[in-house]
Amino acid sequence: MADATLQHDAVGHGMPGAYEAPLFGAYSKKVGMWLFLASDSLTFGALLFAFCYVRIYTSWPTPFHVQSIINSTIMTACLLSSSLTMVMGVFAAQRGDRVWTRNWLLATMAFGTAFIVLHGMEWTKLIGEGLTLPIFPKPATAAVGEMADISKNTPQFAATFFGLTAMHMLHVTVGVMYLGVVAFRKWFLPVLGVLWIVGYLLIPSDNVFHWGIHVLGLGLIVAAIILFLKPKDYDAQDVEVAGLYWHFVDLVWMFIFPLVYLLSTKIM
Amino acid sequence: MHDTATEEYSGHDSKSQYFWVWGALLVLTAIEVVLGYKQIFEPVRMLEVLLVLSIIKSALIIAYFMHLKFERAIMRWMLVISVTACFVIMYFFFFPDAGRVLRLGVH
Repeated sequence: MADATLQHDAVGHGMPGAYEAPLFGAYSKKVGMWLFLASDSLTFGALLFAFCYVRIYTSWPTPFHVQSIINSTIMTACLLSSSLTMVMGVFAAQRGDRVWTRNWLLATMAFGTAFIVLHGMEWTKLIGEGLTLPIFPKPATAAVGEMADISKNTPQFAATFFGLTAMHMLHVTVGVMYLGVVAFRKWFLPVLGVLWIVGYLLIPSDNVFHWGIHVLGLGLIVAAIILFLKPKDYDAQDVEVAGLYWHFVDLVWMFIFPLVYLLSTKIM
Repeated sequence: MHDTATEEYSGHDSKSQYFWVWGALLVLTAIEVVLGYKQIFEPVRMLEVLLVLSIIKSALIIAYFMHLKFERAIMRWMLVISVTACFVIMYFFFFPDAGRVLRLGVH
């Protein structure tokens, strides 16, 4: 038994995570992230099961014009490309290249931000056309037309669309903040603060993101607490674990994009 | 050092394979978009086809980008089996119970 313990090299010191007993041959942070992702996949799984159910058993509208499909396809390409830059970031971290680790993480964040902005524009357009939920702020002018009819006649459509995509957008936003903290540590906090305040001031009050931008404020508080309690320099393992989360966000979109958008394509 | 997969990460794989995986994912996405417009399947069949393509894409992401392919076998199987089992259980509980409402009618 004692020999077995020694064989794990768990008694070695002086290396990050070396004091942790290896589980499944991986360091515990990685196992922890995998367990979180397994549980999070069940959250999305339940939402997608519910979506498939209403999609099959309800007379489902197909309102997404070609602009929406092009937009969502570009968003998909952004996320897929961000996964590639994330992998490159992990490689750079493992060879100890701090400059390129930061550059690749920055590229990943840029793709993620592009995804959020494109998605935000898509939401704003759809809400302006009348696809909305009762909790959303009312636009200045009441919308009429196909989307407004869908909100009225098939409320499940707006509920599932906004429910699934909001949950995913929240994950992407958290992911961008996570990568920002790993890449820039405390220097990311003022950037986040400025984005939060500027976003709140610039986005009109009848836009749902006027309130949604407060996610950045919450992220700022959580990141500040984490950095205050454990102001460490993030190493290659942290970059790899952050990458696991980022790839998971990409993975979930691989289900949401075809199910939510492509199954509701408007054929002219 | 402890035998983490971190060491294996750079040892087992070349960067080029990640570009191939990225290309494959983009091609699969393009196929999905084309299928969305061609409408060659009825809606339920279409749902199944898109789900299968999504599962292939997610398997590529998990295996390569998330590096599970290069983890130890016990970790690989533990994760895949446990998550798959949860989804199977969810499927067998959710759909029959949800469908029961339709058969009985809503009172």
